[in-house]
Amino acid sequence: MNDVSRYDPLQGAPLPVLGAWGEDEYQSLGLMSGLEVHQQLQTSKKLFCRCPAGRYTGEHHAEILRHMRPTLSEMGDYDGTALMEFKTRKNITYLLNDETVCTYEMDDAPPFEMNPEALDHAVRVSLMLGLQVVDEIHIARKQYLDGSIPTGFQRTAIIGVQGAVPYRGRRIGIRQLSIEEDSCREVSDRGHSRVYRTDRLGMPLIETVTDPDMHTPWDVAAVCDELRRLARASGLVRTGVGAARQDVNVSIRGGSRVEIKGVPSIKRIPRLVHNEALRQRSLLAIRDVLRERGVTAESLPDASRDVTSIVQGAEGSYLREAVAGGARVMAVPLPGFEGLVSTPTQPHTRFLKEFSDRVRVVACIDTLPNVICSTSEISTLSSAEWGRIERACGVGRDTPIMVVWGDERDARTAAGEILLRAREACEGVPEETRQALPDDTTGFERVLPGPSRMYPDTDLPPVVLAADRLARLAADLPPPPWERRERLRRDGVGEDLADRLARHPAYDLYAHLHPRLGDGPLSATGLASLLLDRDLPRPSSVPAAGAWWERALDELRAGRVLPEAIWWSDGDPAAALPPREARAAFDAAWAEAAAAPPSGLPEADGPRRRAIMGRVMPALRGRVSGRQAAAWLEEATS
Amino acid sequence: MSGNGNEDYKGYRDPALAVLKKHDALVWSDVTIRTDRGEFRGLILPRNEMADPEHVVLKMSTGYNIGLHVGGMQEITVHGRKVANYKIPEKAFPYSEGKPRVKLLGTGGTIASRLDYRTGAVIPAFSPGELYGSVPELADVCNLETEKLYGVFSENMGPEQWIGLAEAIGREIAAGVDGIVVGHGTDTMHHTAAILSFMVQGSPVPIVMVGSQRSSDRPSSDAAINLMNAARTAATSDLAEVMVCMFGPTSDQYGLLHQGTRVRKMHSSYRSTFRTLSDVPLGKVDQDGVTPFRNDYSRRRADRDVTVKAVFDDRVSLVYYYPGMKPDVIDSLVDHGYKGIIIAGTGLGHVNRPLYPALERAHKAGVSMFMTVQTLWGFVQMYVYETGREIMELGVVPAANMLPEVAYMKLGWALGQTQDPAEVARIMLTPIARDITEREPYNGYLVYQGGIPEVDQFLSEHWK
Repeated sequence: MNDVSRYDPLQGAPLPVLGAWGEDEYQSLGLMSGLEVHQQLQTSKKLFCRCPAGRYTGEHHAEILRHMRPTLSEMGDYDGTALMEFKTRKNITYLLNDETVCTYEMDDAPPFEMNPEALDHAVRVSLMLGLQVVDEIHIARKQYLDGSIPTGFQRTAIIGVQGAVPYRGRRIGIRQLSIEEDSCREVSDRGHSRVYRTDRLGMPLIETVTDPDMHTPWDVAAVCDELRRLARASGLVRTGVGAARQDVNVSIRGGSRVEIKGVPSIKRIPRLVHNEALRQRSLLAIRDVLRERGVTAESLPDASRDVTSIVQGAEGSYLREAVAGGARVMAVPLPGFEGLVSTPTQPHTRFLKEFSDRVRVVACIDTLPNVICSTSEISTLSSAEWGRIERACGVGRDTPIMVVWGDERDARTAAGEILLRAREACEGVPEETRQALPDDTTGFERVLPGPSRMYPDTDLPPVVLAADRLARLAADLPPPPWERRERLRRDGVGEDLADRLARHPAYDLYAHLHPRLGDGPLSATGLASLLLDRDLPRPSSVPAAGAWWERALDELRAGRVLPEAIWWSDGDPAAALPPREARAAFDAAWAEAAAAPPSGLPEADGPRRRAIMGRVMPALRGRVSGRQAAAWLEEATS
Repeated sequence: MSGNGNEDYKGYRDPALAVLKKHDALVWSDVTIRTDRGEFRGLILPRNEMADPEHVVLKMSTGYNIGLHVGGMQEITVHGRKVANYKIPEKAFPYSEGKPRVKLLGTGGTIASRLDYRTGAVIPAFSPGELYGSVPELADVCNLETEKLYGVFSENMGPEQWIGLAEAIGREIAAGVDGIVVGHGTDTMHHTAAILSFMVQGSPVPIVMVGSQRSSDRPSSDAAINLMNAARTAATSDLAEVMVCMFGPTSDQYGLLHQGTRVRKMHSSYRSTFRTLSDVPLGKVDQDGVTPFRNDYSRRRADRDVTVKAVFDDRVSLVYYYPGMKPDVIDSLVDHGYKGIIIAGTGLGHVNRPLYPALERAHKAGVSMFMTVQTLWGFVQMYVYETGREIMELGVVPAANMLPEVAYMKLGWALGQTQDPAEVARIMLTPIARDITEREPYNGYLVYQGGIPEVDQFLSEHWK
């Protein structure tokens, strides 16, 4: 076993890459991970208005400008995320397209009643997951002050709680499934201005939340795949780009829950989880050092200083240009953080970025670098200038001083955030929502919201899910993938094929047709592979294809057609030739093949025979069995 | 429908109430409930009294609420109790020497608010401390004092509240405030704005009505911006008029200041619902200050002179005419002792011939009748068609371009002063605060239509 305790981030050793660690290492880190899988439901209209769902466009016809303010939760608290977003003072612009939004999305009209088609879909997926479905649905408002929803909250409701899916011989707990409206698509976010497109806003989606039951990066990806496929097998969710997104929750022992938001592809999950585990490990190592030094959140003084006048004369630096443009410069000394600022936290990422991220997001200072540190290698200022800043802050050379600059309000906000982040470092890993960056590291997005951001929706009454509705929805549920797989294996279908068909829409057709195979010439494996062949021009749903397949299989059992005929046929499968006509057809084809110039035929016996077979078969395909033709060919060539 | 009157089981009625009592499961209890659909854990919340009596509401640890049917409940295990402490953070409103003194009079509405569990609705919070806790920017504008006169939804405002409000305004002016803000629900804000325009005349300071179209418990609420705009107008503007201050566009951009007698709520839900009809607004207000659109307004004065005539006779009705209306509608008003009728007629001010005898009878009974237009924009003109002339003969007086609701309020106010029909007519036809204007400007009627290329072009270039 590769003991993880040997790796010490404080020594600046290169971080282990994904693959370097096995199950045991993650276990000794105490890695825990859970998923929140979002999938759009396949409905024609949106969830709370009658706008069409699933129409995306790059065009817009009008714009509106809004701001968000935090409000109190139902329990009388302000949500930390909400307060953080309020500090950002964003001007939020919404782009409106005439075809995809109405006054509801603009937050200029109350909601219509919940789309019953969407609700039925959500209940059916909940039942497939074995969830306990609630009796009465209460629509809640989940606050989002980033502006991604113009109301400032997402309408969401719990449909079911406490289910499980089997995974590798154990159960992965499903905490809850909720139905919610989708948010806007972000167009840009620069400084204090953020722009959203509203076409996706209000589309119905389900969010499936698992317990933190996954303990390795690849388990997380596998379970995510299984959950997405389960919903897809139901035929009730949308597929395609952006139709499914997941948030991945990661923590290690002693760390905190961090939510990696909006991971677009399952492939990226393992590396993101691995890198986040590394980050938490580094942050805990830093905390331990701070504790040893007796540094606590309370002991860290607010000693930030306006050092604009010191930087004013700085030769040739971008800082000086900024000051000339009216920026203020703030310095925040961090006594006790000596030697820690450059600690690697993720690949190509150091502890300093934790501060820079906060400044970027909260103070909206987003031209990088936005923070420089007196003890790091960036030498923007001369040593004389650093010396004056150190004296202004009353600290020595080794004590890191963070310097930020921007318009006065932003610079002050930034200084405050740096101090806040430093204080959090004394506690360990702050609970955060983080974004997945292109290199599979994560960056700060916002403080992790808590239950305080939930508020009952006073615009809509609760919806009773009566027993008869539930019974109707439960009546013809498609079996979940694991049950399908089980059945296919019982039928004798090979493991890989069973795995593929279990998640494929053609499974329904298989289940419908399998009883017709009887002891005919086509095996269950044969049928499975026929159905999975994507080149076949035949529709794969039961109602559309049922009659064709039923007829074909009946003919097959009666011996009137060959299995190959089904494979090759576009229309009705051709009838198998009776023995005498089959022989005549072979002879004709063979004569033609033999008359053809021998050029290009391989010298060796076997390949040569196969090449000739390739010339003979097209004329016989589906009407003479391949085995028979091969036997005759053997006879003719020997 | 009323609740059980018991705070311990707030909002619950039988059969849910009986089940909760049986298990000693009070609201705010942390419980596990076993039902035929599974086990659920959470806090029992109070129930909305309007909701059915068969479900129990649980708040789960995630913050979500769910409802469980009592019919399927097998067992409730109580683990503990956590009572919510719902309080808007209250901070002492800071006093700044030299800042204008603004009085906020509350009648209801949601400038700052909290949830009422019994009804599921939001109820307003109001003290200066609470307001400062939610809209601290107010302290940059003025020294704010507040008084909660009423706590009613705007549809429940009536003569008693109008009179009380007008008198309170008179008192505040005498007490020396620099401006008055009236918090009001939006549904009938224009009715109240109209009556205040008549009851309080010649005010030396701005009187600004304000509310919100999105309640203040929503992050996207227009309440805070409206309140700041109203406070700024009351504190600093030169407009000593009764005004409504609400969103101009639906974007968070600026508020419009509408004359109290020319304003009307024109959309059931838009933020920009209030519009000035047949005229241009008095001005606009944003964080940079107030910009008047016109010159002919009453200026702010240092004196404390104001005329308060707070009277109202509620034996007045507003009849919205429709084709085929039967005379008994008018007859029944007369028979029930109504003294005044405002008709919102079609087109230039018309009703059908079968109504004539009823109108004549009403006139003879001394009922004052005035014609307004249900087109809302434009003047009554009863000479153009013979019908109009006939109706005037019957004693119906054309009320120029008074809005129907404004005419209704003014008639109640006039009848509060005199029962003499000639005097009532004189009061009605004497313009007081632009309730009747002499001319309608070309840009007083703007209901542009989408789809027209130049209109859509405008919308694409300006925040809506």
